[in-house]
Amino acid sequence: MSNQTEKGELWEVFLQSKSGLAFKHAGSVHGSDAEIALQNARDVYTRRNEAVGLWIVPSDQIAAAPSDSDSFFDPADDKVYRHPTFYNVPDGVKHM
Amino acid sequence: MDNNEDYNKNLLEFERKIEAEEKIEPRDWMPDEYRQHLIRQMSQHAHSEVIGMQPEGNWVNRAPSLRSKKILIAKIQDEGGHGLYLYSAAETLGVSRDQFVKWLHEGKAKYSSIFNYPTLSWADIGAIGWLVDGAAIVNQVSLCRTSYGPYSRAMVRICKEESFHQRQGYEIMCDMMNGTEDQRKMAQDAMNRWWWPSLMMFGPTDNDSPNSQRAMKWKIKRESNDKLRQKFIYKTVGQAEFIGLTVPDPDLNWNEEAQHYDFGEIDWNEFYEVIKGRGPCNKQRLETHIKSHQEGEWVRDTAREYNRLKQEVKKELV
Ligand SMILES: [Fe+2]
Ligand SMILES: [Fe+2]
Repeated sequence: MSNQTEKGELWEVFLQSKSGLAFKHAGSVHGSDAEIALQNARDVYTRRNEAVGLWIVPSDQIAAAPSDSDSFFDPADDKVYRHPTFYNVPDGVKHM
Repeated sequence: MDNNEDYNKNLLEFERKIEAEEKIEPRDWMPDEYRQHLIRQMSQHAHSEVIGMQPEGNWVNRAPSLRSKKILIAKIQDEGGHGLYLYSAAETLGVSRDQFVKWLHEGKAKYSSIFNYPTLSWADIGAIGWLVDGAAIVNQVSLCRTSYGPYSRAMVRICKEESFHQRQGYEIMCDMMNGTEDQRKMAQDAMNRWWWPSLMMFGPTDNDSPNSQRAMKWKIKRESNDKLRQKFIYKTVGQAEFIGLTVPDPDLNWNEEAQHYDFGEIDWNEFYEVIKGRGPCNKQRLETHIKSHQEGEWVRDTAREYNRLKQEVKKELV
């Protein structure tokens, strides 16, 4: 496995700061299994009540889109009509 | 397109991002010199956090109260955490943490010279929190705006935690200055020994710091060594005077026109001696790190073996 290191596998850490909010990437930790990695993540990233939720994901299980020099995100570029500001609404129309 | 053309195109895009204050992310193209500079600076920063636990650890068992002991342990634990944030940010540059630690043990990587000074009395714990963390904060606040995304994010996280470090140190100094004659002497003695090394933490003067020019151009560094040093002095002198401590520098004077303190000549000879490994505690710090790393080997082995057996059991059950 490519993320195997002397200290165990590499995991990416995601924190949820309050219930109802989205999980956000915080950093990474080493841990030989999920249980140990979770404890490490707790000790490293939540010493001051930063989270009510905590996810870890093996780093090598994350697939990423090509970086921005490629044309991966192009399809959205020519579709301004997906934005509300594209449309003309007569002056005086309310609640829209 | 030939290689050269490719390089120039990439470099232009990189420079555009830097110019526009956009962050550089791990998968973005970056000049090799930029990557190498970050690898050196970030790993050095990470090592400093970890080695910095030693001089403070020296006083955990002798902390004067349960309250101060709990605080000191929490502070030291934070520093270990800072080391981990920085190692994980540095690893995004394609070097593993094992490799960083190996370079440290082989003497190929440095850490901040300040941690090669001994902690002789409890007042030193106050002086470190107040002055050393104080100086680190000035540097790190500036680095929150560094151009490399993972480094910048680690700095934001670290800065949130640092202000308690400085306050707990200053509180120790206040208590001692409000204490007995002996305690006041102890506090002043710590001040005398830690002041100049704290000023050295910002590195050589701008004229003698060739690496910084490039680091400033690429916005790895956002303010020069001398400017950061001035900021620290400006913030700290008043705090010292407020509790009756004397800054051990007869040439320290407020310069009304320049709106900063003029200060005496830093002993750069001492600075370079300590960097070259001839400070009071260099040998001890490195040996302690190597020893505890080796002594922790069985923990890592056990965790790995436990995981391997668990996987095997899982396979058999399938
Ligand atoms: Fe720190
Ligand atoms: Fe600190």
